[in-house]
Amino acid sequence: MTTRTNSATHWQPSANIATLKQRARIISQIRQFFANRNVLEVETPSLSQHGVTDLHLDNLTTHYGGAGFAQGVDLYLQTSPEFAMKRLLAAGSGCIFQLAKAFRDDEFGRQHNPEFTMLEWYRVGFSRVDLMNEVAELVKLVLNVPHCKAYTYQQLFIEYLQLDPLACNVKQLTDKLQQLQRTDIVEIADDKTSLLQIMFAEFIEPKMAQDAPCFVYHFPAEQASLARLNQQDQRVAERFELYYRGIELANGFDELTNANEQLERFEQDNQLRMQYGKCAKSIDMRLIAALNAGLPQCSGVALGVDRLIMLALGATGIEEVIAFPLTRC
Amino acid sequence: MATVSTNEFRGGLKIMLDGEPCAIIENEFVKPGKGQAFNRVKIRKLISGKVLEKTFKSGESVEKAEIMDTDLAYLYNDGEFWHFMNNETFEQIAADAKAIGDNEKWLVEQDECTLTLWDGNPIAVTPPNFVELEVTDTDPGLKGDTAGTGGKPATLSTGAVVRVPLFIQIGEVIKVDTRSGEYVSRVK
Repeated sequence: MTTRTNSATHWQPSANIATLKQRARIISQIRQFFANRNVLEVETPSLSQHGVTDLHLDNLTTHYGGAGFAQGVDLYLQTSPEFAMKRLLAAGSGCIFQLAKAFRDDEFGRQHNPEFTMLEWYRVGFSRVDLMNEVAELVKLVLNVPHCKAYTYQQLFIEYLQLDPLACNVKQLTDKLQQLQRTDIVEIADDKTSLLQIMFAEFIEPKMAQDAPCFVYHFPAEQASLARLNQQDQRVAERFELYYRGIELANGFDELTNANEQLERFEQDNQLRMQYGKCAKSIDMRLIAALNAGLPQCSGVALGVDRLIMLALGATGIEEVIAFPLTRC
Repeated sequence: MATVSTNEFRGGLKIMLDGEPCAIIENEFVKPGKGQAFNRVKIRKLISGKVLEKTFKSGESVEKAEIMDTDLAYLYNDGEFWHFMNNETFEQIAADAKAIGDNEKWLVEQDECTLTLWDGNPIAVTPPNFVELEVTDTDPGLKGDTAGTGGKPATLSTGAVVRVPLFIQIGEVIKVDTRSGEYVSRVK
């Protein structure tokens, strides 16, 4: 009976129809942007037999129990279409983009819905800088802003917190928090990477990109994810993020193409997961095989489309730009 | 001990923090790029009244504060405690000066006030939004002046001082908004 009551309320969309029309216009603007650049639109599955090993990303899972799998098989809803798109790149697709649904467990709030729309694209032969320039072109077009700014992760920490994130230790970070009277942060994080991430979110992100979208690049190597390390300075990775008005909009890499190094990072992730009391994830060996076959040098980026639309329309909550968020789906 | 997860955090929820009951004012889920999710929470400490910002690890559980609001009629002040009564059960509760705070000046006998109880003890008293009180002292203003020219101060029977229009005289009863402390109208 309760299910009936719950589903009877909130049948209307949380976004109004005028907003959904503007959303459709932005989506077609994005498709046109890539058509003009001869980037191929592709579709890859939402379901995969493998999840991700990232410490702080959790897949939603489901179970398939039909023809082809006598014992049934657990399937993971993709947190991003990255692995499948890299397999296409290794198979010779050339430059590709996708407007995909992505799914993440335990993420719901003003800027998060567990199911969301992601724009992901890869440019063969592009460096990180080339791709940042292209992301800036798209953002300028959709948000109608004149320019974007760019700073290194290190520059921002020094400017806002007078700390060098590449050289400082945990003690210096916790001393800083003491000085800022924010010891509550020490209670929820004790390793350097977590402290840097939370301090970035609390003290830098809200201030740095109010007047113009702002790229942050050269993340510490511990936060490299799937990016290659900088050749001159191995302390930093060729990874960037784009922020605007307190919203994290995009994350991009000059992609790691070395299969062995990638496999090692996945295994390190799993070690870390177990240290944090999470279960290790099976590694997607099809991706590793694709890297072994040869991923062309490329740069790729994932951009949150719902957030881009929020910024374009001045919405304060993600539910204003999607028809049926978690509470109404 | 009842606990509540950060996943259930919302404005108005009462939780325990450093041994003090608190009300959540705002709660935001934050997930930095590749980092650990946390909740950025704005909290009001219910006894000290202090407002602070605090982060919680997402999914963490905290102790729930046993806070209850109850509407009771104000009876009298015995010099130390202010006494209130439930008009249906005739049960009486006494609040101390700390719980009354600045609100003594709005307490009118038989008016229904909201008492916030923590483990059964009053920690805050909220008067009704509007009270009616008699003017006991004010300068004799110009009769017939009805334009809002800033008005004049008037002392009310409880000791409260509010700004009133010039035409208000000693002995008149006026309606006051207790949230802003502003004059609303004359009561005929």
